[in-house]
Amino acid sequence: MAAADELAFHEFEEATNLLAQTPNEATTRGDQLVPQQHVAVAMDSGGSYGAEDEVEESDKTALLQEEKQQPSFWTFGYYQTFFDVDTSQVLDRIKGSLLPRPGHNFVRHHLRNRPDLYGPFWICATLAFVLAVTGNLTLVLAQRRDPSIHYSPQFHKVTVAGTAIYCYAWLVPLALWGFLQWRKGVRERVGPYTFLETVCVYGYSLFVFIPTVVLWLIPVPWLQWLSGALALALSAAGLVFTLWPVVREDTRLAAVLLLSVVVLLHALLATGCKFYFFQPLPPEPTAPPHQATSQPPTVLLSPLPPRSAAA
Amino acid sequence: MAEAAESPGDPGTATPRPLMRDLKAVGKKFMHVLYPRKSNTLLRDWDLWGPLILCVTLALMLQRGSVDSEKDGGPQFAEVFVIVWFGAVTITLNSKLLGGNISFFQSLCVLGYCILPLTVAMLVCRLVLLTEPGPINFMVRLFVVIVMFAWSIVASTAFLADSQPPNRKALAVYPVFLFYFVISWMILTFTPQ
Repeated sequence: MAAADELAFHEFEEATNLLAQTPNEATTRGDQLVPQQHVAVAMDSGGSYGAEDEVEESDKTALLQEEKQQPSFWTFGYYQTFFDVDTSQVLDRIKGSLLPRPGHNFVRHHLRNRPDLYGPFWICATLAFVLAVTGNLTLVLAQRRDPSIHYSPQFHKVTVAGTAIYCYAWLVPLALWGFLQWRKGVRERVGPYTFLETVCVYGYSLFVFIPTVVLWLIPVPWLQWLSGALALALSAAGLVFTLWPVVREDTRLAAVLLLSVVVLLHALLATGCKFYFFQPLPPEPTAPPHQATSQPPTVLLSPLPPRSAAA
Repeated sequence: MAEAAESPGDPGTATPRPLMRDLKAVGKKFMHVLYPRKSNTLLRDWDLWGPLILCVTLALMLQRGSVDSEKDGGPQFAEVFVIVWFGAVTITLNSKLLGGNISFFQSLCVLGYCILPLTVAMLVCRLVLLTEPGPINFMVRLFVVIVMFAWSIVASTAFLADSQPPNRKALAVYPVFLFYFVISWMILTFTPQ
């Protein structure tokens, strides 16, 4: 299978890097075994996890019994399996999302079938707060240029940012996962991703927007558009390269449609945030004051007041 | 919280001593936060009175006046309250899900008590705002808030970092940083009417 090919030291330096970072992490067999340890079930009699012979013996049954031994949905241990990551793994996944490469599938190479919820949740939280804070800072900059603008903390934007980012990062993967499951019948070889893996891909792909949003503080319009376009390209490329192996076997129309919808939604999010949260810098004080208006009320509808070319 | 069982048959006697004992316990924890050292007092005898007092004080000082009807202003009392408690609960859940061996209420206690430096910063900012506005006014407030923010972070990590496995410390500390950053931002952007 393609997955086994990729993991059998196909890329030697990456495997050695990973092993160097996490010396306790073994190959897939060990990976399958690790969630086993968090299950508070006495599958091995006596529960001596370190014993070599028990590892060998339970290893064969691990794949079979893994389904049954998952902690129940209502226990705390179930949710703990989604936070079973180390600092180095999270950093590695973030790096993987920042630098997408055509052959590198984020899910197979970085998640290695162990998605986590830590990354998506806290990246979304950080992005929401950074959006609100830097958006407010642009209001400060605008007020210094044009004193007639009234500064206010605009605290309600925190709620708006949080809702928008979390809805995007959780509902769009849900829709995508549902769609891929529906089309599952068309594909034979490569199975679709689980819901958590999709959420993970989207969550980590939003990371690149955090430095971009901070860069949008600099009131130079072409720089803002350039950094926005670059971030969007990186983020959407990561998504496309991850989804391509799954949709490539579908009909051409469905594949192209799906990928363009994914990229379009991402672009809508980026431009929507840019227009809603960021106060355009008013022109120099000699210009007529009516250009320095208040924030556009909605995300997508009203055209922006003419952005000044003055840096 | 350790409560002594008072003799039930004394309805008429005033009993100030348990209150004084609780207040002293709260005060002792305030001292531990202001001078953070490696000690177990905050963890061992946790209580939530201190965090409640601090949160209410902070929320009262941060709320905008009732005459202000524009929706663009700072947070309301309820918003501050929700952010502090919801944020503390989220961080505690995060820490426990990552495998930390600190209990739920101990973590809430630590996070709540470590808001003390930021409450002091809020008091200082309100006093500074009584003078005339200007860049110096802002620089003083910025400096005070940054120092108190750093103090809060140092105090809380002194207590919380040890409860995590070593390869996940940064993952558990980062949300604490975000939490105090948001509170500092609310304090810094407070503008009186």
